[in-house]
Amino acid sequence: MKILVCVSKSPDTTAKVAFTDNNTKFDNNGVQWIINPYDEWYALVRAIELKEANAAVTIHLITVGLADTDPIIRKALALGGDEAIRVNVESQDSFFIASQIAEVAKTGSYDLIFTGKETIDFNGSSIGGMVAEFLQLPYISLATKFDLKESVTTITKEIEGGEEICEVVLPIVVSCQKGMAEARIPNMRGIMSARTKPLKVVEPVIANSLTSIDNFELPPAKAGVKLIAADNVEELVRLLREEAKVI
Amino acid sequence: MSVLIFVEIADGRIKKTALELISYGAKIAELLNVSAQAVVLGTTQDDLSQLGNYGVKKIIHADNEKLNQVEAESYTKIIAEIVEQTAAKLVLFSNNITGKSVAPRLSVRLKAGLVSGAVALPRITNGFVVKKTVFSGKAYAHVSINSDVKIITLNQNTYPALAVEGTAVIEKFNFEISTSKIKIIAINKISGEIPLTEAEIVVSAGRGLKGPENWGLVTGLAKVLNAATACSRPVADANWRPHNEHVGQTGTTIAPTLYFAIGISGAIQHLAGVNRSKVIVVINKDAEAPFFKAADYGIIGDAFEILPKLTKAISDIKNT
Ligand SMILES: Cc1cc2nc3c(=O)[nH]c(=O)nc-3n(C[C@H](O)[C@H](O)[C@H](O)COP(=O)(O)OP(=O)(O)OC[C@H]3O[C@@H](n4cnc5c(N)ncnc54)[C@H](O)[C@@H]3O)c2cc1C
Repeated sequence: MKILVCVSKSPDTTAKVAFTDNNTKFDNNGVQWIINPYDEWYALVRAIELKEANAAVTIHLITVGLADTDPIIRKALALGGDEAIRVNVESQDSFFIASQIAEVAKTGSYDLIFTGKETIDFNGSSIGGMVAEFLQLPYISLATKFDLKESVTTITKEIEGGEEICEVVLPIVVSCQKGMAEARIPNMRGIMSARTKPLKVVEPVIANSLTSIDNFELPPAKAGVKLIAADNVEELVRLLREEAKVI
Repeated sequence: MSVLIFVEIADGRIKKTALELISYGAKIAELLNVSAQAVVLGTTQDDLSQLGNYGVKKIIHADNEKLNQVEAESYTKIIAEIVEQTAAKLVLFSNNITGKSVAPRLSVRLKAGLVSGAVALPRITNGFVVKKTVFSGKAYAHVSINSDVKIITLNQNTYPALAVEGTAVIEKFNFEISTSKIKIIAINKISGEIPLTEAEIVVSAGRGLKGPENWGLVTGLAKVLNAATACSRPVADANWRPHNEHVGQTGTTIAPTLYFAIGISGAIQHLAGVNRSKVIVVINKDAEAPFFKAADYGIIGDAFEILPKLTKAISDIKNT
């Protein structure tokens, strides 16, 4: 059984968000890069757990990006996974990225493709669904629990206003979120072995981008807080009602 | 040509976010000088023609209970057929769980550029540019869609549902549905609660509340305000509150009209998910808590003393 885990790099959650070149580029200056948390904490760790439960499982990681993504991929390999594939091209919009992933997935005969719920930089939540459509596979979005018995999966997923439990036969695409697994930290053995695990670099296929970012904008700063004395909650209520008009 | 608006039904009723989306879509249709049409999948007890009062002229209804559960594959297939029939150039979804499961598939099916998480009307002079949140609410991006057919998912609470005078005709849509590969075993709805992403008012608390046994203070305030409840990540991690209440960069992103942050320090990851709230009230005993910098109103003090008084003061004005 083969699992493909989609991994992307994202700025550390404490990174200062700023832009350069007339607000057209993200300012990389001083930014630490991390594995996108949803990919790492939930998608990758759940795949590793499946491998721990069944030695016949192989895990491949895939990322779309240039060589500066390699440290992130090595970090992911330190957590677990057998080998990584990097599609050697600057990532563009989600349609483009999904086209690249689908192309690799087609030839890899994967039983299961995991993505994170979304990336914390572009927040598209769309790669999983797009890959599923390219491959004509069922797509289970926002999964919070995933169990496997032979080729039948039982998945709990979030739906509007609650959750749904469903059964699907592999192969499928699943986007993973909180509940799927508990975040782990890599151990020394993992870090050492990651150095020698294969990281295959493949060239991209020709694909379109359907969208492009013109420029960025930062939200306006708040005017400043109005403080109210702790023994005067009535004043807060009055302000919310008469000034802000929100209650 | 038309703008096609996906109107979501939940438990047989039209969702509130769908009305926001219709108003948004009707406005875009007006700017593009085309007609606004709605697509409804599944059965409903609501009178669909009332959607005319939000600006759609035609409602295409696939009136079949097999569609009452959202299933990305069949939804994609049917919506794609309708897009073709109506020559729609723009398809709109809410950026909620349903939108996130269907819009990406449809994007590939139609080779239609997708922008998810729009926060404003597109700019349509000289291209088609959509403003969306990026970096989990820390910034915005202006994104051009370059394909012929386009898809946008709209963030909740960003465009008001506007009632207008109008009527809509309903047209039934006949389709074939193949059996789903996904077998639903159970559906558990959280009943009676206001969905977090749709709530106008959210009362949220953090580690400052000390333990789950004290949450009555939070839910009590939420109740008098008819608000949803939320929490910081450590609170959900410790299982003091359910995971779906976790807001922030790695939880749910929300933009209510009023957000109460009680005993939450205001870490950057938390702020990312809530800083689009219109008005933020912070209650924290530490005057140096970073959250005060992001707040509109603040009280420096002990939540355990303030909350009962605040709940009473609000319930007093609500009763007069
Ligand atoms: C990769 C990553 C992602 C993260 N994502 C998120 C996220 O999505 N959402 C999120 O919330 N966090 C997230 N975090 C965690 C975040 O950094 C903070 O640790 C967290 O938000 C702190 O939660 P808190 O404010 O409840 O607790 P604390 O930081 O412990 O703050 C408690 C606050 O309560 C106040 N307090 C204490 N007692 C009282 C009292 N009696 N009355 C009034 N006030 C009182 C204190 O002064 C303090 O300000 C993330 C962290 C990382 C590293």
